[in-house]
Amino acid sequence: MLLDVGNIVHFRNLPSFALVIMLMIGAAVVFPSHDSTHAQQPPSSSPSQTNPSATSPQGGAAGSAASAFGARLQSSGLNIVVLDPAHGGTDPGARGTGGIRESEIVLDFAIQVRRALELQGFQVVQTRQGNENPSFDDRSALANAQRGAVFVTLHISSTGLPGTVRVYVNSDLPPVTDSNGLIPWDRAQAPFLGLSRKLGDLVQGLLAQRFKGSPENAQTAAVRQLRTTAAPAIAVEISSVTVNDRADLDRMAQGVGEAIAGGAAAFKPSYVVPSVAGALP
Amino acid sequence: MTPRWKFWVIGGLAVAVAAAAIYFPMLRRRVKRAARIQQQSEEQARRELIQPVPINPSDPRVKAKLFWGSETDDSTLVPAVVELPLSNDAVLRSKQVLNTLLAGPVDTELRTLPPDAVLLAFYLLPDGTAVADFSEALATSIPSGIVSEQLAVNSIARTLEANVPQVQRLKILIHGQEVETLAGHLDLTGSFMVNTKLALPMANPAPMAPGTSRAAPPAGPLTPDKDPGKLAQPERKPQNSWTHERSLQEEE
Repeated sequence: MLLDVGNIVHFRNLPSFALVIMLMIGAAVVFPSHDSTHAQQPPSSSPSQTNPSATSPQGGAAGSAASAFGARLQSSGLNIVVLDPAHGGTDPGARGTGGIRESEIVLDFAIQVRRALELQGFQVVQTRQGNENPSFDDRSALANAQRGAVFVTLHISSTGLPGTVRVYVNSDLPPVTDSNGLIPWDRAQAPFLGLSRKLGDLVQGLLAQRFKGSPENAQTAAVRQLRTTAAPAIAVEISSVTVNDRADLDRMAQGVGEAIAGGAAAFKPSYVVPSVAGALP
Repeated sequence: MTPRWKFWVIGGLAVAVAAAAIYFPMLRRRVKRAARIQQQSEEQARRELIQPVPINPSDPRVKAKLFWGSETDDSTLVPAVVELPLSNDAVLRSKQVLNTLLAGPVDTELRTLPPDAVLLAFYLLPDGTAVADFSEALATSIPSGIVSEQLAVNSIARTLEANVPQVQRLKILIHGQEVETLAGHLDLTGSFMVNTKLALPMANPAPMAPGTSRAAPPAGPLTPDKDPGKLAQPERKPQNSWTHERSLQEEE
């Protein structure tokens, strides 16, 4: 059966139809709709209003180009913390007694860390919200698309003294020597190593005060996730999934969150992002 | 005649069933035993095939330094001195010390590598890069985590450094393949610095001097070490031209 278009839109009703369409367009302009990325936005009290690029994080390197406008507005420095609960999906990470899974615990830790960071005025972007497993590059891309961000990846170890926390920065990489002025993706962390160490030491120092037995300074390790991240980046590893009672780990979440937030806040004044046109991390 | 014929048929069948009832369990046991023997012989053949590094008694006995876990801190390594007959050939010597490292210390709690991991192959390139190919068990049986994975790699690197001076860098393969991480954390796409003293003068790749790696950042506002520039698109396969400076938490 053919559809009679004339029965749907009568030409004599066209002026009123056009009026309705115009009203709808007008409403859309005045009250813009919220898309799904707003799930990652901080409360209105945070400084996100000055950084439109960060409120719509996009995966992939192409996102960096899209953030050019935001970069100009955000030359003052650190506003965003990209928080990465490691593993997820088919990768449970470390597995401990009683069915403890690293991928699940870090997601719970991320809630506490996020809350502490937002209290310090940071905007938090999470690499995953649920039980999915973005690739290492996708997680890095989320940070690389921002400007003036730091990256924190959360882990729970299989070993180590329970109740301690270690902060890692990437081990040294050869200097970037690309003649085109581009940072090779696979060594994106290289220009940020000094900043990462500074941030790592600040966070580790606060963690050592809260969790006895933790090191005083950040350690270095060839952590895959950090290598492709073009921002000050640290890995925070909590010991461990071998605890007898999961509550022992859960009790650490608030302290870990406050230490990360305190470290990021202490790091913020010293991190000045160069506002050179076109110099986008 | 017919009833007699039936009697013999039924009798024969009954005997056959009884014989089968006795024979089948025996056969089953025999098959299981054969499978076990075959499995053992396969395991033995595999070990013989992949470990063609017999300890030659005529090799000079030297005090080899092997790095296993610490009793006091399970995130650090301590050297253990073991007297072994070691070949003067760098490749054979490397295989000998790595197999001893894999065999583990007397206290199994101090192991850094899984007990079922096996060294499949070992090559030493002219530029001093050692390529160590381990069985999948190295990746699948190791406790997941930055600490444990780093300890495993460092124990291999430190043991090679202490006993085979020709090795300058270490590249780890799993079952002949390059893998992204050891067990989800430690980056295996690059190579690890083993002997910093020999490797430093090399022009390419150019790893940072170990002394500069933990240098304090300059006072005042911090900016990236170099103007970051634009970020290149990710490649499908990462280039393997970098060398990780090995970081150690070691008790000497």
